[in-house]
Amino acid sequence: MFVDTKHHRPAKPRAAPAPPRFRLGESRAAMGLLFMLPAASILLLFLAYPLGLGVWLGMTDTRVGRIGHYIGIENYEMLWMDSVFWTSVFNTFLYTVVASIAKFALGLYLALLLNRHLPFKAFLRAIVLLPWIVPTALSAIAFWWIYDSQFSIVSWSLQRLGLIDNYINFLGDPAWARASVIIANVWRGIPFVAITLLAGLQTIPPSLYEAATIDGATPWQRFRYVTFPMLTPIIAVVMTFSVLFTFTDFQLIYVLTRGGPLNATHLMATLSFQRAIPGGNLGEGAAIAVTMIPFLLSAILFSYFGLQRRRWQHGGTD
Amino acid sequence: MVSKFGEFTRRDVLKATAAVAALGAGLGGAGLGNVGIAAAQQPELKIEPEKGAELRILRWKKFVQGDEDGWNANTQKFTEKTGIKVRIDSESWEDIRPKAAVAANVGSGPDIIFGWFDDPHQYPDKLVDLTDLATYLGNKYGGWYEAAQRYGMRDGRWIGLPVGAAGACIVYRKSWLNEAGFETMPRDTDGFLKACQAMAKKGHPSGFALGNAVGDGNTWTHSMLWAFGGRMVDEQGNVTINSPETVRALEYVAELYKTFAPGTLSWLDPNNNKAFLAGEIGVTANGISVYYSAKTSQDPAMQALAKDIEHVNFPIGPVGKPSELHLFTQGMVFKHSKYPNAAKEYLRFMMEKEQYEPWQQAAIGYITHPLAAYENNPIWTADPKHTPYRDTVKNMLWNGYAGKLGAASAGVMADYVVVNMFAEAASGQQTPKEAAARAERRAARYYKV
Repeated sequence: MFVDTKHHRPAKPRAAPAPPRFRLGESRAAMGLLFMLPAASILLLFLAYPLGLGVWLGMTDTRVGRIGHYIGIENYEMLWMDSVFWTSVFNTFLYTVVASIAKFALGLYLALLLNRHLPFKAFLRAIVLLPWIVPTALSAIAFWWIYDSQFSIVSWSLQRLGLIDNYINFLGDPAWARASVIIANVWRGIPFVAITLLAGLQTIPPSLYEAATIDGATPWQRFRYVTFPMLTPIIAVVMTFSVLFTFTDFQLIYVLTRGGPLNATHLMATLSFQRAIPGGNLGEGAAIAVTMIPFLLSAILFSYFGLQRRRWQHGGTD
Repeated sequence: MVSKFGEFTRRDVLKATAAVAALGAGLGGAGLGNVGIAAAQQPELKIEPEKGAELRILRWKKFVQGDEDGWNANTQKFTEKTGIKVRIDSESWEDIRPKAAVAANVGSGPDIIFGWFDDPHQYPDKLVDLTDLATYLGNKYGGWYEAAQRYGMRDGRWIGLPVGAAGACIVYRKSWLNEAGFETMPRDTDGFLKACQAMAKKGHPSGFALGNAVGDGNTWTHSMLWAFGGRMVDEQGNVTINSPETVRALEYVAELYKTFAPGTLSWLDPNNNKAFLAGEIGVTANGISVYYSAKTSQDPAMQALAKDIEHVNFPIGPVGKPSELHLFTQGMVFKHSKYPNAAKEYLRFMMEKEQYEPWQQAAIGYITHPLAAYENNPIWTADPKHTPYRDTVKNMLWNGYAGKLGAASAGVMADYVVVNMFAEAASGQQTPKEAAARAERRAARYYKV
């Protein structure tokens, strides 16, 4: 045992034994805190602080180049009466719900296909990832040309085939514009869903399928009672991320339409930017961004509870 | 301290000239040419750059190659003459505003930023007073046009130095107009509508951006609004957009819209250029860049197209005088700059005739001058197709006319209130009256007391 005798002064006998000296190295709690410090400071500095600042900005009338004053919930009251804001809320929900469902359905289908024994399997899997790898801004520019009202390849092809008379007004008609940006988002988001679900599919033990087959299960039953329950935790995670990415999408809209036509594709993220930076109204822009938080939080909670249902993986119930 | 001493003496010398400029401003833009006559007696402006100065400049990316080449050549000349190193960063013109906003907010960044529209009025306290420089240039070069003064000045002092406007004119195909029975493009709104209708009947639609196009969307819709006497606010800043004049402008554009190519509601800034050069439309509003790219193209078909392109200023409406909006750019020197005198000297150098005129020529007049004397630059008459662009700043009003420039005018433009109003009325999504009422509600949010 190591005994520290360096400072021991026998000349001064103590009346009572001194309380044990606090040693940092011996305290599990203190060491725990110490080791957490780097990660915690990164989280605090780069996540909590900007978030707190955003919430604070949303309650001020800060403008570009001018420090704001606290104005309570005035920004939110203004937004409550702002038709463009409500349009953007509607658009964001439509965009998120439709695109997420489509990405899930198509992504799962693709994952099931890729899980089979196909020739050039590795190559095909790499190809599928392409839309995800290409920078969003680049793929958005490609879609901008695809949807162009004068030069669209889709319209051109359909017209050559004799299926349409006039070019489709992809981004000029509010309904078409909404559909077009959703399709572009789905195209971009499928690989993420597909590849992650594929990884989930490969963790399912083949013995389960063998047992099911011996029991006389049909392919649908094998999917319904083996694949799907085993995949649920992964689905919960993937869909949470997918919903988060879609809800906060910005680049695609900004390149394709800037929120037009007639604000039909303005999402909360793009409106927040438009008001805060080009418009100079940082307070209101922050307020719009803050209104996204409750929706994002509920998506995260959904994932959290989804993850709790791990017993499914082992064939149990909740 | 060299810089402080230099600034002090300069201010002393220029107090008198500032008074002359203030008088000139009071007399109104139209009479500004007179100031130039007195200019001959003005002493030269002496700015002493700080020792060891270096400048960092943020400028918008070129619209035409000649602009960048000309500007860089002038900058190199400046460095050779003064020994001041200059680094120019270029960004897409729409990205300048956020960058300048960040520089203003955090108090660091480039020494000079060439911003757009109301930028200086969003953070006037962060900018170096340029009154001496602007007064000197105004006196020497025939005076500033009225809109340039509006953009550059706030509360009697200059906070931005107007550099010019990427002016827009009506760009059309002459042969197609002739085919439709018109010799030249009519200069009044009624005649213009008839010409567009006749061309559309012959299969040559027109096309003006009605999407959220920062430049092309805002400029032509504001020009149309003002041509009919509509305006966002009055002189006191009361929102007056919901007026019979606005409704008339909206009704007019709804008629004009019937002559448009499909898809203009989605058009962003580049769309009309592409459509015009591809022969999809016969009339649009644009800077001289369409002509420039056709003229400088190696493709014989494009060169033939260039010959067929004609320009004319925006049609004049019931107000009876030109009333246009153009992309207006000005240099801002930030207070955080360590070398404000060097920055001012750079701006002075670039605005002097020896540099400014060759630069305008290199860009074949893409940027129209804010100083009256540059009307005589030979570039405007070297090719008659350049001439209409000469007058764009003279014909210009300012964003948020007839109120003050500032956060509200910038906010309304950034929110596309005018563009959306025209798009709603033109596409029939709202009646003109409803569209005007909606715009009023949206604008009131920004102009609230």
